[in-house]
Amino acid sequence: MTDLATNVSQPPAAGAAGRSLWATALMRLRRNKAAMASLVILLVYIFAGIFGPMLAPHDYARVYPDFVKVPASLEPYPRMDAVLPAAESTARRARLEARNIELDGNTLRLEATSRREIDPRVTRYFDRSDLFSNTHIVERSADGRSVLLESQVERYRFIFGTDANGRDLFARILISIRISLMIGALATGVALVIGVAYGATAGFLGGRIDNMMMRVVDILYALPFTFFAILLVVFFGRNVVLMFIAVGAVEWLDMARIVRGQTISLRRREFVQAAEALGVSAGGILRRHIIPNTLGPVIIYMTLLIPKVILLESFLSFLGLGVQEPLTSLGVLISEGARNMRAAPYMLLYPSLALTLLLFALNFLGDGLRDALDPKDR
Amino acid sequence: MKKTETIFDIRDIRVTFDTPDGEVEAVRGVNMHVNAGETVAVVGESGSGKSQIMMAAMGLLAANGRAEGSATYRGQELIGLPRDRLNRIRGARITMIFQEPMTSLDPLYTIGRQISEPLMVHGGLSASAARARALQLLELVHIPEPERRLKSYPHELSGGQRQRVMIAMALANNPDLLIADEPTTALDVTIQAEILGLLAELQRKLGMAILFITHDLAIVEAFADRVYVMQHGRVVEEGTTREIFTRPTKDYTRMLLAAEPEGRKPPVPESAPILLDANRVSVTFQAKGGLFSPGFELKAVREVTLSLRAGQTVGIVGESGSGKSTFGRALLQLLPCEGRVVYQGTPIHGLGRAAMRPYRRNLQMVFQDPYGSLSPRMTVGEIITEGLLVHEPQLSARERAQAATEALKEVGLDPAMRNRFPHEFSGGQRQRIAIARAVVLKPTVIVLDEPTSALDRSVQKQIIALLRRIQDAYDLSFIFISHDLAVVRALADYTIVMKAGQVVEEGATDEVFERPKSAYTRNLMEAAFNLKQVLSRQAEARA
Amino acid sequence: MLGYVVRRLLGAIPTLFLVVTASFFLMRVAPGGPFDRERALEAKVLENLNRVFHLDKPLWEQYLRYLGNLARGDLGPSFIYRDFSVQELLASGLPISMQLGGLALLVALVFGCVLGCIAALRQNSWVDYGVVAVATFGITVPNFVVAPLLSLVFGVWLAMLPAGGWGGGSPANLVLPVITLALPQIAIVARLIRGSMIEALRSDHVRTARAYGLPARMIVIVHALRAACLPVVSYLGPAAAALLTGSVVVETIFGLPGIGRYFVQGALNRDYTLVMGTVIIIAVFVVVFNLIVDLLYALLDPRVRYD
Repeated sequence: MTDLATNVSQPPAAGAAGRSLWATALMRLRRNKAAMASLVILLVYIFAGIFGPMLAPHDYARVYPDFVKVPASLEPYPRMDAVLPAAESTARRARLEARNIELDGNTLRLEATSRREIDPRVTRYFDRSDLFSNTHIVERSADGRSVLLESQVERYRFIFGTDANGRDLFARILISIRISLMIGALATGVALVIGVAYGATAGFLGGRIDNMMMRVVDILYALPFTFFAILLVVFFGRNVVLMFIAVGAVEWLDMARIVRGQTISLRRREFVQAAEALGVSAGGILRRHIIPNTLGPVIIYMTLLIPKVILLESFLSFLGLGVQEPLTSLGVLISEGARNMRAAPYMLLYPSLALTLLLFALNFLGDGLRDALDPKDR
Repeated sequence: MKKTETIFDIRDIRVTFDTPDGEVEAVRGVNMHVNAGETVAVVGESGSGKSQIMMAAMGLLAANGRAEGSATYRGQELIGLPRDRLNRIRGARITMIFQEPMTSLDPLYTIGRQISEPLMVHGGLSASAARARALQLLELVHIPEPERRLKSYPHELSGGQRQRVMIAMALANNPDLLIADEPTTALDVTIQAEILGLLAELQRKLGMAILFITHDLAIVEAFADRVYVMQHGRVVEEGTTREIFTRPTKDYTRMLLAAEPEGRKPPVPESAPILLDANRVSVTFQAKGGLFSPGFELKAVREVTLSLRAGQTVGIVGESGSGKSTFGRALLQLLPCEGRVVYQGTPIHGLGRAAMRPYRRNLQMVFQDPYGSLSPRMTVGEIITEGLLVHEPQLSARERAQAATEALKEVGLDPAMRNRFPHEFSGGQRQRIAIARAVVLKPTVIVLDEPTSALDRSVQKQIIALLRRIQDAYDLSFIFISHDLAVVRALADYTIVMKAGQVVEEGATDEVFERPKSAYTRNLMEAAFNLKQVLSRQAEARA
Repeated sequence: MLGYVVRRLLGAIPTLFLVVTASFFLMRVAPGGPFDRERALEAKVLENLNRVFHLDKPLWEQYLRYLGNLARGDLGPSFIYRDFSVQELLASGLPISMQLGGLALLVALVFGCVLGCIAALRQNSWVDYGVVAVATFGITVPNFVVAPLLSLVFGVWLAMLPAGGWGGGSPANLVLPVITLALPQIAIVARLIRGSMIEALRSDHVRTARAYGLPARMIVIVHALRAACLPVVSYLGPAAAALLTGSVVVETIFGLPGIGRYFVQGALNRDYTLVMGTVIIIAVFVVVFNLIVDLLYALLDPRVRYD
């Protein structure tokens, strides 16, 4: 084995510029199809999170009272055969008697009569419904008791259906993705900063200080995590941003352990001793030798922490502790879906799918990064 | 005894590995054979493919390896043989011992159990019969208190004892052929002599053939009947040991034979000023206790005294655990120590990091492991000039690059390589980089901690030449720490022998090597330079 | 060994004490109180309630009182489940949570080990990729997605199993919750075993075993699996503690009366005593399982000693 190892580790050298370990890792990552596919999916998610809510045909908070819990479909709503009955019932609400209703493309013509003189403002009854817009009176009889109304039929697509309040599920999923990604990045960032600083300090100083610092970590580990999360909600109220800074402040424990372990093992390495023999200061050793070499595991852990945090947010939202209406998150959508799963299973399926796919992509990417940065597993 | 019967025959064997960087051919068509009862050595430097031949024949290649060609044991083809039929041969007729006695035994089971397993599988022995036989075997390989050792775990044994256990396991089923893959490389020279003596003795008793894979020609000369010399996956020369050693025909073989470091360093005049003076230096390690367990102390270095004169090279030799490396680090205040260390009249012991900094430039160090001592994410240029950042902060990036270029030229590397990363270099090149890093600061003293131990002999020789050259060019003084006596003899003019943290003997190198006073040093010298004699004396003593 | 166990348990007392103290004060400094309702109680009633539960006393006095009661094994009355003491609630809920968690743990160990071993032995084959994909799936899909989906498919659409409820602990009611709990654990165990098994199979001592012609089955079971189990053992300590103390999601979705829910409900309603009770239970489980892990580890690996 030793023979081979030395043989392989020296690829024929060409050119003056070297290939750093980072460049090699990137090359390995490119060859990993699952990781690259995950990267594409993740980019789509990021795009959807940033621009999706702007581009979506519906606002995530807009309520369509006429389209509550309509199933997911590529066909636009209202269905053709639903327009005439809807027009009739709207006319009835406006105290009109519909005589003759015609549908010509998206234009509705309605002849109506009434026993009393018809107020021109009847059109509002139509416009108030989600189905019709731009209603106007084309003809009005001399006595004002019969009118010919013309109205545009509004057609909407709800490709993922609508929720129990008549809001477009697709738009709500898009805004959830934005929230989830934002929270994932935020909390992970906080965990990263605290964990790396704490772990590196403990590992680098060592001795009694290290012992004490790690004792604190052990005690925090023994406290149930949900307890913390719930307390944080209680403290910060439903302020999502603050809360997730706080969640990040809880999630740093693992990061601190990893960085400490790395730092301790790096301190024993000969290149750190060599730097000490050169008289390099503690700061220089940390900056040039320890931190660049802990970066690999930290990046790996970070990609795996993001899905963890997203999952946590969804979990808290599922318990009803997360974001507040009208904002929403995947966890809220799933919990609503679970409540309505008998009548409207798509309300459970699509958010679940969206969350699962996102977590999948992040996990695969994390695994791919691990294989690329730390190839001994292959 | 029919000496001419061929039992193991390898014909045109090729081994290929599928790696992410493409296919690598480790063995490129090798022929060799072993006759009953003889000892055959396969020598070659690292990367010559010598181990992989045996792995291929025994069906032990890594998953990405592929073997072609033929390897037969008494006419039975082994390559491509179904595993259950192969298993009737390996462990019974052909057995192996490996380089790393530390990891080759399962750490989770007792010695007794591990020796018993092949006995029960191949010999069909019952558990109690196997145990009785295991006890016999432990006695055969001269393990003290064999009864107790049966119940020991591998981590409770020393390296030499573990290798004895491996040998006991190998002999359990009276094999025809024992393949020994660098079995003594990880051991100290005196232990190496004992293990080789044991192998020779057992071969005489039991009559099996031994195929010995090694990089060490001294072992070959003392031990083998016939030799195959390998380079780059091919056999470049073969013949009887006598032929190879007296009339080598190939350049490569001649180079290997001549790779033993040569030359001596003349002593410095008495008048040379003392640069570094260490007086009764001790290093104690504190093992930390837990909440309920008391800590304990380990005295790694006990009151060692040394003075280094300008231009001098002091060699420190000793086996593993002698405290020689610890002492070297303590001298440079990389470890807390007791006693006095004076550099050019200024006491430097106990100085803090900042107070010590001005002296660091003059007191440099080169480490053993050329893989571990270079920061993997820095370019070679950055590595070499890191010390300049500390000691000459006024230099511009250009001037530093210039310094790196000169230092690389100095150690015989292409300056264009300074933007490369350490993993792109071979072991010898890395050690040159480490030397360049020390030299760039223009120090007066360099502590060299086993700088040649991880290298092949031929590369070693180049590094030794390099060290000699820079010593002359810069008027350097060296402290040269090594377990390799040949290298110390070639480089040092004064030698200190250490054992268990203490100095056993010291004096001018010639004195210590030619006329050792203490028994310990004598043993060490004989095991290193007169292996053949040691072995034959052992044989006589046993006979 | 007994001495070691006793020492470890004694050593855990300061940790438990710190956990109790930290959670006590954290709970108390949180805004709100146990009697905050949507419609505020009359001042008089509130005062009475506070007096009955000693909430009108200074915080340190309440703390000392709680510690005193705790030392006598009294966890106090629950604030939201008015007619029950915390002990009674835990005594009725814990066996249910433990039963579910224990079964899930068993399922996870059996399936996880088998899948992990198969994948490792067939490394880089389709079987291996399949196991890895399934494992990633198991780790990825959160239990609050799995639980309602299982309930929907098997409970509502196929009507094969009850969609929820405890049903006196009948096996049919256990199936879906146990699967939900076990799924991510199976995945994690399978991945751990696969990784450590691959490493073990490549180790020098397994090469030795192969070189000595030991049968493949013996090499895998005797020499590789034991070493491969070590990381799983250390993972299972905290995992078992978490599983056995109940899952709020599974208990909520399947409507099971375990202790997982008490914790969340207690915290949301400032039921101080109930939360403290569950925190203590969880912390004790963590301590005990860490000890069990260390003992198991020492049993499996002779290099590890009790001291």
